[in-house]
Amino acid sequence: MKKTYTDTMRYCMVFLSLAILFCAAVVWNINTGSVDISLKDIANIIFTKDATDQASYNIIWKIRLPRLLTAAVLGGALSLSGFLLQTFFRNPIAGPFVLGISSGAKMFLAVVTIALSKYITTVPVSLTVISAFIGSMLSMMFVLAFSGKIKNMSMLLVIGIMISYICSAVTDFLINFAKESDIVNLTHWSLGSFSGAGWDNLKIATVIVLPTLAAVFFLSKPISAYALGEGYAQSLGVNIKLFRVLLIIFSSILSACVTAFAGPISFIGIAVPHISRIMLKTQKPQVMIPATFLCGAVFCMICDLIARTMFAPTELSVGTVTSAIGAPIVIWLMISRQRKDAQA
Amino acid sequence: MKTDFYFSTESLAVGYNGKALISDISLGLKKGEILTLIGPNGSGKSTILKSITRHLATISGVVYIDEKNMRTMNGRDIATRMAVVLTDRVRPELMTCGELVASGRYPYTNSFGKLTARDHEIVMESLRRVHAEDLYDRDFAAISDGQRQRIMLARAIAQEPEIIVLDEPTSFLDIKHKIELLEILNDMAKNQNITVVMSLHEIDLACKVSDKIVCVKGDHIAAYGKPDEIFSDERINQLYEIERGSYNALLGSVELSRPSGAPRYFLIGGGGHGIPYYRALQKANIPFAAGILFENDVDFAVASVLASEVVAAKAFEAISDAAIAQAKQIIDRVEAVIDCGCPIGEFNRASGVLMEYARGKIITEVPV
Repeated sequence: MKKTYTDTMRYCMVFLSLAILFCAAVVWNINTGSVDISLKDIANIIFTKDATDQASYNIIWKIRLPRLLTAAVLGGALSLSGFLLQTFFRNPIAGPFVLGISSGAKMFLAVVTIALSKYITTVPVSLTVISAFIGSMLSMMFVLAFSGKIKNMSMLLVIGIMISYICSAVTDFLINFAKESDIVNLTHWSLGSFSGAGWDNLKIATVIVLPTLAAVFFLSKPISAYALGEGYAQSLGVNIKLFRVLLIIFSSILSACVTAFAGPISFIGIAVPHISRIMLKTQKPQVMIPATFLCGAVFCMICDLIARTMFAPTELSVGTVTSAIGAPIVIWLMISRQRKDAQA
Repeated sequence: MKTDFYFSTESLAVGYNGKALISDISLGLKKGEILTLIGPNGSGKSTILKSITRHLATISGVVYIDEKNMRTMNGRDIATRMAVVLTDRVRPELMTCGELVASGRYPYTNSFGKLTARDHEIVMESLRRVHAEDLYDRDFAAISDGQRQRIMLARAIAQEPEIIVLDEPTSFLDIKHKIELLEILNDMAKNQNITVVMSLHEIDLACKVSDKIVCVKGDHIAAYGKPDEIFSDERINQLYEIERGSYNALLGSVELSRPSGAPRYFLIGGGGHGIPYYRALQKANIPFAAGILFENDVDFAVASVLASEVVAAKAFEAISDAAIAQAKQIIDRVEAVIDCGCPIGEFNRASGVLMEYARGKIITEVPV
């Protein structure tokens, strides 16, 4: 029983550290950029909405704050989606995009962009968001349609990967016949970025992501039963068919939302669940779900900060940063854990 | 259906994709009884078990638990009555044995899966039942196969079932752990009144632990009944289609195939002294004859499946002159006579007579 006590302590410590990191990332993010604003002014502007310094006020309220909050919400969503799919497939390399979400989004966006290129020169952001979301949902529908027919989960993984190949093929085909200037928007989108995130998009993203987070949290009990595989989960009374559908829908909504607003950001969805799991030393969804979300938010904010400041004024795409930082972290964590296991 | 059975199946047909592989399975078990499915690899034991546990849809027929049709019961109803130990190799990450056993409490916990003090008590009690209290804090990934299987059983026990279904629970276990596991099951069945349905590969153990045996053979149930009705040499050898070698149901021992050809040696044994010699010759693939053995002698059981010729004598009767004559005849034909070192006393004086007869031709080691 002593173990339970130390476990609880560990969870508290992890959540406390994540909360501190979250606050630090927020402050650091607001404080960094091409225009320097002092901490005191920041506090003043945020908490009193003091608009005497109009330029600083606009930078903080219209650019930095919505951008960092978008990064936080979408980073959390992406990580949670990755956690769900890793649990679902019991495969550590499953990520939010294994079910073909991002490829579906890209294909649909390509269709829309190229179809409209005759009539308009630039595709408005709202249309990009809507097309990407529709594309994601289309891939999800395909996966759902197959999920009822198959017996074993790894087949679903294969179907997801095949769907993404088909979508990529269609996209490549379309791009072949498109003018370079028509697909600038598409290329830019497919790198992933939070630049230009505004309050409107953030509001929509939050309205989608937070209720999904809550719904996933309410599923923690059946998710925990999944740790031993579908056979045992079913024998404990979990309705497998319903559960599969819910998991696919929730993880797809989360990753579709990210893809729509920020493009297919690689890696966070694979790396963050691992990082959280290793910090918490547990698989329990009751703690893993909030921790993964928080950890993803912090990770994504830091990556976005690096993306926009490291080679300023040139801004990197956030996907570049997440992969460059995330991959070594995962390798290091895996190896150090294995070493620890070998010692034990 | 009105019966005194706790668990029963009524003309159950099982199979895949709507096609029946095995039909007309009608079984019945009272509380606390152990039923074991035996049969060759791929004969459908797992298919039957999976259909009972609802991992596979049944093709036709009914499965009853506690006189209720399982099809009309919901997941939780079943989960509080039936627990399973599957062949799936589970590899949960970062899960202690205690947590794993606690997952068996699933049907009883609240909607967030919070464990109460009583749940913790039951987890500890389940671990105690399988003698694994000391594993509570250990990582499930870091324990041995034998321990893992006991933890999986403890998980099933923590579910507080009235019936446990186990698919080949003893695979991957060494003989000590096999015996231990079956002892635990037996204890549960007899003391907690839990009904057990399982499949086993070890037919020798199956006949000792089970109250009822089902022989599954590909497309039908070859036999169903009490172990002593089922376990005859002939039936087992037929069930598994053993063509080379043999299985002795009484002793539970397995012998490899009989060396073919005319006997080259005559072995004088008895009382178990002959067996190591018979097996040594079998290994070297040298045909031999054995005698004179009483039919109730353990040497006889082995010689009759390994030796080309056995000179036998009726149990509890004096050895006849005819048997002695027959043995002498064989001795005349063979290269040498091997003395297996069986002491000669009042009732096997005939062996002494044969030694005397074969003098000069006697060796005491297997000439390999």
